[in-house]
Amino acid sequence: MSTFWRKSVDARTAVLYLLPSIILFSVFIFYPMFRTIYLSFFLTDQNGNAAINVGFENYQYLLSSSEFINSTKATVLFVLYTVPIGIVLALFFALLANEKLKGIGFFRTMYSSTMGISVAASSVIWLFMFNPSIGMFNRLLSVFSLPQIQWLLDPEWALLSVAISTIWMNLGFSFLIILGGLQNIDEHLYESSRIDGAGYFYRLRRITLPMLSPTLFFIITISLINAFQTFGQIDILTKGGPSQSTNLIVYSIYREAFINYQFGTASAQAVVLFVIILIVTILQFKLVEKKVHYQ
Amino acid sequence: MKMGLPQKIWIYFLLILTSALVFFPVLYAFMISFMTGPEIIQGKFFPQTFSFENYTKVFSRLPLMNYLLNSFIVSASVMIGQLIVCSLAAYAFVFLKFKGRDFIFFLFISTMMIPWEATMIPNVFTIRNLDWYNTYQGLTVPFFALAFGTFLLRQHFLTIPKELHEASQIAGLSRFKFFWKVVLPVSKTSLVTLGAYGFLTTWNMYLWPLLITTNQSVRTVQIGLKQLQSQEIATEWGVVMAGVIVVIIPTLLLLFLGQKQLQKGLSKGALK
Repeated sequence: MSTFWRKSVDARTAVLYLLPSIILFSVFIFYPMFRTIYLSFFLTDQNGNAAINVGFENYQYLLSSSEFINSTKATVLFVLYTVPIGIVLALFFALLANEKLKGIGFFRTMYSSTMGISVAASSVIWLFMFNPSIGMFNRLLSVFSLPQIQWLLDPEWALLSVAISTIWMNLGFSFLIILGGLQNIDEHLYESSRIDGAGYFYRLRRITLPMLSPTLFFIITISLINAFQTFGQIDILTKGGPSQSTNLIVYSIYREAFINYQFGTASAQAVVLFVIILIVTILQFKLVEKKVHYQ
Repeated sequence: MKMGLPQKIWIYFLLILTSALVFFPVLYAFMISFMTGPEIIQGKFFPQTFSFENYTKVFSRLPLMNYLLNSFIVSASVMIGQLIVCSLAAYAFVFLKFKGRDFIFFLFISTMMIPWEATMIPNVFTIRNLDWYNTYQGLTVPFFALAFGTFLLRQHFLTIPKELHEASQIAGLSRFKFFWKVVLPVSKTSLVTLGAYGFLTTWNMYLWPLLITTNQSVRTVQIGLKQLQSQEIATEWGVVMAGVIVVIIPTLLLLFLGQKQLQKGLSKGALK
């Protein structure tokens, strides 16, 4: 018995060291995830207790609800507006900032600055710039004698406006990650290609982008997931309006749960969000696996 | 190999133009924070005088000092909590052999696929049942465990030779002493990276504090900004922007100071 006790010291220590993580994950991630799935099959009372089992009715309700369909459409559009442009811009800036020039550190700081600015603060700044009467954008339009736009108040423009501000907010983080990826590329690869007299764009296409692809995959996944989770800028800039054109899925869950107290349908929406993000993550894993195989 | 002068000028031109565009909103907010109402309506870019009137106003209208202190306590607590919880777990994954390690590792990975927003409804009820509404623990404890942080540290711990662990055990060093005196000191760069990341993300957190703070006692600056914006919007943009500048200065400073360290950490990773 005593030898067993001595031999198991690693295991006992491991339990001790892992316990804090396991308890916290259980209480704040695993339990609530199962609870959310469970609640999605129920009608609930005001305190979020399951009251009546309704089977898949919450999901059927969502599929037939124009509000939810609209919210899904807006979310997908928002992802399409923000992710590709955001990553292309961050890549462009990172390529510029990766050149070895005097004072390049200053430019790197400028590009990464938006990472240090919270969503709430950024949203307030953009709220001012979008202001129809005193904001900068409409002043610019009037300088060029173009018609004024009601940025956040026009259902045609609101989602695009929020997307523009979101691209800016995420730029700093994407930039830093991509710059890190660029700096990890072996210099020697370029040395040999320069001797052959290869041009800048040839090197970009043949060396930089292929070598950068793991980093790009990573940042694309993170950006997709982030875009699906957008909340703060909606709450401050538009509150889901006008006429629900910016009612993105997390904002819709928030409203359904904590303003309308419909925890059952809100949970069903949360499950949909979970499934979407699961699919994105799995696709990413599969793609990376494939890439590794081909190399 | 050197690039030609025309190419250099062209790149500097692009650098200056685009970085100015990226930084413009912040600079603009900074300028507005010194302006009077009429100046803002006239659409000026430079204020007539740099007076701190808006700043004194924002501190008198909102318990901003209080909110800043709350944000600081919450961010620092999450940072320290994450460093402790994640480094303990990473140590177990790297240096200890035990049954079910792969399974637990898989559990950690799976937490990364669950978006936090998908679990927020039951979490709010958990916090209510614990009576943690409007408390620091309600704002911090749920975020102590972090799979990403554990992996980041694990990656660094893996570079420590296993022989060192065995030798230290033969020398009679306890596991905890080895963790505390050897593993943590040599992993400083990763700990700093994770610490900065934890502080920054917590300082900027918005939805969770919105859900579980119902009064001013532990409310954070981000919710303060929302409050300020909805109170003052029609009248005094200068005051609102002063609030914005006060809120972003700590994280901007942290980012500017930590960037070199971050760069160093990244290039070190490249040398491996």
